[in-house]
Amino acid sequence: MVALLRGFYPYAIAILIAFVMYKVMPVGAEKIDLGILQINSFFTKVTGAIGIAIIMAVSLNIVNGYTGQFSLGHAGFMAIGAYTSAWITHYGSIHFFGNANAMEGLFTKGSALFVASLLAAGLVSALFGYLVGLPSLRLRGDYLAIVTLGFGEILRALLNQTQPVLDEFDIEEATRGEIFTGLGGALGFSGVPKYSNLFWVWSVAIITVIICYRLKQSIHGKAFLSIRENEIAAEAMGVPTTHYKVAAFAIAAFFAGVGGALFAHTLGNIVSPNEMNYQRSIDFVIMVVLGGMGSISGSVIAAVALTILPESLREFSEYRMIVYAILLIVFMIVRPDGIFGIREFWEVKWIRRLFRRTPKETHAP
Amino acid sequence: MIKLVQTLLSSISVGSLYALIALGYTMVYGTLKFINFAHASIFMLGAWFSAIIAAALLANGVTGIPAIVLSILIVMVICTTLGFVIERLAYRPLRDAPRLNVLITAIGVALLIENVAALNDVKIPGTQTTIHGFGTQPGKMPELLANADLFSIPLGSGTVVVDKVDALILGLSICLMIVLEFIIYNTRLGAAMRAASHDARTAALMGIPVDRTISITFIIGTSLAAAAGFLYVMKYPSINPPVAVTWGLLGLKAFVAAVVGGIGNVRGAVVGGLLIGILEQAGAAYLSPHFRDVYVFALLIFVLLVRPTGIFGSTAVEKV
Amino acid sequence: MSAAVRRITVAAAMVAGLAVATMAAHAADDTIKIGHYASKTGPEATFGQSSDKGVKMAIDEANNAGGVLGKKLELITYDTQGKSAEASNAVTRLINNDHVVALLGEVASSLSLAGGEIAQANGIPMITHASTNPKVTQGRDMVFRVCFIDPFQGYAVAKFATDNLKAKKIAILYDQGQAYSVGLRKDFSKAVKQLGGTITTEQSYTGGDQDFSAQLTTIREGQPDAIFIPGYYTDVGNIALQVRKLGITVPLLGTDGWDSAKLKEIAGDALKDCYYSNHYTPEDPRPELQAFIKKFKELHNGETPDAMAVLAYDGANVLLDAMKRANTTEPKALAKAIGETKGFKGVTGTITLDENRNAKKPAVILQMKDGEWRYAASIAPPADEK
Repeated sequence: MVALLRGFYPYAIAILIAFVMYKVMPVGAEKIDLGILQINSFFTKVTGAIGIAIIMAVSLNIVNGYTGQFSLGHAGFMAIGAYTSAWITHYGSIHFFGNANAMEGLFTKGSALFVASLLAAGLVSALFGYLVGLPSLRLRGDYLAIVTLGFGEILRALLNQTQPVLDEFDIEEATRGEIFTGLGGALGFSGVPKYSNLFWVWSVAIITVIICYRLKQSIHGKAFLSIRENEIAAEAMGVPTTHYKVAAFAIAAFFAGVGGALFAHTLGNIVSPNEMNYQRSIDFVIMVVLGGMGSISGSVIAAVALTILPESLREFSEYRMIVYAILLIVFMIVRPDGIFGIREFWEVKWIRRLFRRTPKETHAP
Repeated sequence: MIKLVQTLLSSISVGSLYALIALGYTMVYGTLKFINFAHASIFMLGAWFSAIIAAALLANGVTGIPAIVLSILIVMVICTTLGFVIERLAYRPLRDAPRLNVLITAIGVALLIENVAALNDVKIPGTQTTIHGFGTQPGKMPELLANADLFSIPLGSGTVVVDKVDALILGLSICLMIVLEFIIYNTRLGAAMRAASHDARTAALMGIPVDRTISITFIIGTSLAAAAGFLYVMKYPSINPPVAVTWGLLGLKAFVAAVVGGIGNVRGAVVGGLLIGILEQAGAAYLSPHFRDVYVFALLIFVLLVRPTGIFGSTAVEKV
Repeated sequence: MSAAVRRITVAAAMVAGLAVATMAAHAADDTIKIGHYASKTGPEATFGQSSDKGVKMAIDEANNAGGVLGKKLELITYDTQGKSAEASNAVTRLINNDHVVALLGEVASSLSLAGGEIAQANGIPMITHASTNPKVTQGRDMVFRVCFIDPFQGYAVAKFATDNLKAKKIAILYDQGQAYSVGLRKDFSKAVKQLGGTITTEQSYTGGDQDFSAQLTTIREGQPDAIFIPGYYTDVGNIALQVRKLGITVPLLGTDGWDSAKLKEIAGDALKDCYYSNHYTPEDPRPELQAFIKKFKELHNGETPDAMAVLAYDGANVLLDAMKRANTTEPKALAKAIGETKGFKGVTGTITLDENRNAKKPAVILQMKDGEWRYAASIAPPADEK
């Protein structure tokens, strides 16, 4: 699996793109005037939300798309990541810097802590993904959906009962247990230092897409797909199906955890158990299903579209879920594989035709 | 002691509600092999329609037992019709599709029902007609049974109160379950249902109209959900708005009951429902009311790991 | 660089371009834009709908009188659906996309906290008309309010319970998911203890819960003289019904989260002789208020305004008044003028903002009598408030 991470240029380019986006997109009162279009910092916020949605949808695609399992607990992994990283940066900032305010600038001491918290969020989440993946050894399809749902709901109920968040003054007389469980309860984890910005979000988003794409092309990806197509046949061909099913969960959970961590550190987002219930999981499932189960570019496009649409159609918010629901049903009946199916969008015939270099020969009448 | 008896009583009443909903899940799963996520939405519709119909009946001077009987019948008819339409339009085209696709469709149907029900007033463009949904506000079930206590038994230092509504829930659930048991095991229709559930293809070869049998199974399941919705609002007269997470959770817990009892098994669903009821109520009373859902889902994970086929389930052989 | 990576890079760039291109922007013009965010749909919808009516009335009146600073006012309202994530989205959009000069809004404290964070970060003044949790304005010099705060509200209910109802033992049932409810529980129990009473037990629930029997059974065991429920009307109706079903007859005490016509509709007789603290009562004979109620009724088919509508009207007028005094809409100067509001004659009473940007006003206690909420008492702020 380490081979998936090889190379330097893809990552350098990913970081460069993210850096350019961070520099170009306006913050606060700045804006860019493009004549017909005025870009302001609301665009920046939406662009950040899109990045996180891409991370979530593409990673969910590993489980729901490649491996053909059905997870309805992706928001749960997101919550684990969000809480883990928020705990680290909040209490870490108090411990190292004396208070929990975010520092200005792209690279500060706080950023180091933030990056560490991103990794920790991913790892803790992956551990939970492994644990949730274990029942998939015995269960399949829809049972697994219920177990992952149950996992999310148990997590929500437990997080609801945690202790209030401690600030730098409370922490002096707090016991270890109080600090460990100081996650804010049902009110949510307030006062998370807002370290995230477009640079971090889009670096992670593009790297996630690269890794998931390579994963799909690799021998491991073929193993995932074989489980999806026919588990028994895959096993007969010598694919260690249990190993791969659990791995799919753990990898997806890792990225979801990092996505949750980025979400937690973005200004204006609230980390609370009730914001990450199964309805949010269903949002991600909708992105994967509409984009195409197994298509990374499909997930990306669906994540972009389904994040922008509610923002630009805010007046019709009542009808948003109705439209999604109808789309889901119609797609399942008419085009069960989603827009692109398992293909990437440049592999789809009619799109290829659009980008063909030499014009198609036409026969003279 | 009083607390124990009272908890047991409420467990039975909540448990029979779960059992009623679980029956629908288990019957659909038995024949169609997918989790009908829309079942919880039908249950929600049953609850809301009950309130509206009961209010209309009261306004027209129908009260007491006739009002209860009438509203429960009307609600069952409405929801059954809806269930039939759903099965025809959304599920039948997918009869041969992979199970995951059907599952996603079911989620779609559930979302559709919830969100359409949650609309406030929708003006149809170009006309004067307005469609009234249930909105996003909590609703209220009018009181059909005045003076709620049926009887109270002195016990030790206090009294145990038996509610009329709880008695109604228990009585009606038992009646419906006996009727169901009779249909499944003592009629030709029941035999067809069992055959279709056992092996749809062979059943079709034997001349059983499988599609129609499945439709009927589906309809019976939805009518039970509608009845459960009615009983639920009799017990909890303040009704949560259609989009509230509560409905989905209730449905999920009922599904857990079906799994615990052994999915596809009618008696198992009843036992599972009662078990979930006891677990939830006793847990809430003696441990902490905040972990209601945790107890239930923990039981689910435990059962799936230890005995995935449930208490009454039989092991299915994986066919290649 | 492999072909695949190049394709991904191109795709990412396209995605970014698409993200930018699909949203339209508003051009600036010669009106003063005021943003309002409210829960017009969602479980607490009556809060947002009432607020909307109040704000609209104030803005329309100002426009009919020729506008402010020689310009017409333009009100932009977004729905929050009662969700904090939507609230923060709405506020970001109001500030960055619509370029409003000031914000009005939210009733629920948790939503005002979410919106206030963004208003503060962007330096746009915000007036909340009905969020009573102290944290809403704490440490945020751009966030103001025209209502009393929870420490006082908790005190008012405690004072009323101990003095007027002679309740010595009080139980609390609060919503652990609402900042408003959690804060009030603390303030109330502190006040009760100061006034010589005791709290028998503190139980909690989560909004949307349906079965409260476990909590209520525990409450019943303590045999309290009254039960304090600082929740929102959506749950309180259900709780009240179950309280009476369990044979508990003591009065229930509530706070301004109860203020909705829905509550009476759901709970009905279960609320007989229950009390809640509110910002105003329609029975108050002051002419400003009666004139407002008369006008409100004319506009809305004889509907009596609830406290949220009245407060929203006041909130908007405090903002317009500050604009006139500051003679500019520049955010800093406007915020300074709002902070200097003194003796403003609002319809809910005289509004003076203190150094913590909160208004100090008396609370009224309403009692359910013969199926209507009637004025029961008025509790003035304690003289030596810390």
